[in-house]
Amino acid sequence: MEFAPKQDQSENTVSIPVGGPIQRTQYPYVTGTSVVAIKYKDGILMAADMGGSYGSTLRYKSVERIKPIGKHSLLGGSGEISDFQEILRYLDELILNDNMWDDGNSLGPKEVHSYLTRVMYNRRNKFDPLWNSLVLGGVKKGQKYLGMVTMIGVNFEDNHVATGFGNHLARPILRDEWHEDISFEDGVKLLEKCMRVLLYRDRSAVNKIQISKLTEEGATSFPPYSLKTYWGFSSFHNPTVGAEGSW
Amino acid sequence: MSKAAVDLPPKGGFSFDLCKRNDMLAKQGLSGPSFRKTGTTIVGLIFQDGVILGADTRATEGPIVCDKNCEKIHYMAPNIYCCGAGTAADTEAVTDMVSSQLQLHRYHTGRESRVITALTLLKKHLFNYQGYVSAALVLGGVDCTGPHLHTIYPHGSTDTLPFATMGSGSLAAMAMFESKYKEGLSRDEGIQLVVEAICSGIFNDLGSGSNVDVCVITKGHKEYLRNHLLPNPRTYVNEKGYTFPKKIEVLMTKITPLKERVEIIETGDAMEE
Repeated sequence: MEFAPKQDQSENTVSIPVGGPIQRTQYPYVTGTSVVAIKYKDGILMAADMGGSYGSTLRYKSVERIKPIGKHSLLGGSGEISDFQEILRYLDELILNDNMWDDGNSLGPKEVHSYLTRVMYNRRNKFDPLWNSLVLGGVKKGQKYLGMVTMIGVNFEDNHVATGFGNHLARPILRDEWHEDISFEDGVKLLEKCMRVLLYRDRSAVNKIQISKLTEEGATSFPPYSLKTYWGFSSFHNPTVGAEGSW
Repeated sequence: MSKAAVDLPPKGGFSFDLCKRNDMLAKQGLSGPSFRKTGTTIVGLIFQDGVILGADTRATEGPIVCDKNCEKIHYMAPNIYCCGAGTAADTEAVTDMVSSQLQLHRYHTGRESRVITALTLLKKHLFNYQGYVSAALVLGGVDCTGPHLHTIYPHGSTDTLPFATMGSGSLAAMAMFESKYKEGLSRDEGIQLVVEAICSGIFNDLGSGSNVDVCVITKGHKEYLRNHLLPNPRTYVNEKGYTFPKKIEVLMTKITPLKERVEIIETGDAMEE
């Protein structure tokens, strides 16, 4: 089977391999690790670290993985950073078109989540997925909303969500300690607890976290900071006590 | 098969002869027989006076729970216990074997067993079988040098830690430990934390479930709390119990008492301890 070389607008010809199916990128290059988010009294709190790993190298250490969308939503993304930026572009166009209607109504978090689910699911059906797990949270007219979409289009809504490793390490803590109408300080403490466990146990985590909150008034991003860690256990200082020389 | 100068009897242990054939068959799509795994959450932590071990009680065979209340905390020595995750047969056999080796060693030396002895015996055995003995263990105990807690991986590597988790529910349990552990916990705080970690595994991991077993080991004393917590009771139990369907009539009652046919004569020396 032969394919004619494709011609796009800029006059560069892209030739497709002859005699085989079209291959898309099947694996991510620069990735972000987990995002954790909870609903709290006034809205949504979301936390993510600022690392972009290139395989096993921690290449970029100031990647903002939480962005405000429109007036009512916050988007956090883990996975391939370039696909995350592409999604931001799609959402930018979506919000722009919505603003152009100028009808006094704006897209809320539920609508944006629904749009993202459709985008992710359709891309996966074309065997060309956007390699991300996204967390979408927001408040509109007093209604708090927090949802997640993965790269294969699985989506759900819950009081607390996490992506990637956060599912295994952070969600057990959240299931235990989250409660309805948790205050801002308690919410931040809870997120910090989750991010600290992720920092200890996820190899691609960086100690530079960014917390963002979204309330009815709008989105606020707090400046990035690092968590305190504790390494002073006596077993760490002297693991071979009583048996000097063993391993 | 090499020709030996002297005809030696076949040595015991695992024969690696068929591994290459099995690999070839696997590549062609034949799946081997499945093992009964213990898809588990096992934990251990060091507290003020000793070591606390904890485990869930579910044993799985693929997607089916084959044992709702199995014992995953195995006895090694009066002062050493070992939790096992991985293939149930492997953990049972390996801990049993090392336990008897430790007892023989105790008779030979006349002293209490040390935790690192058990550690070295287990590690040597597992490394020898290059990971084919699929046993991931959390070994804890208190001996003359103090409390010790170790993890042993199927390939034979070990770690010495203040708190440890293994099994499929290890991440959920580790999340609890990493956020709540501190040094110098009291006995009740320690048990509370172990129970929380196992419950985290039971409720957040599909491979773990049923009840919580706890074992507290201190200097000279141990407490094996089997089914310390039962967080999964049967919710809907029929109060009436089971009633036989049709009315059963008693026609005749005949009771035959069983008589002992063997007489036990107490002579000779009792078996030596």
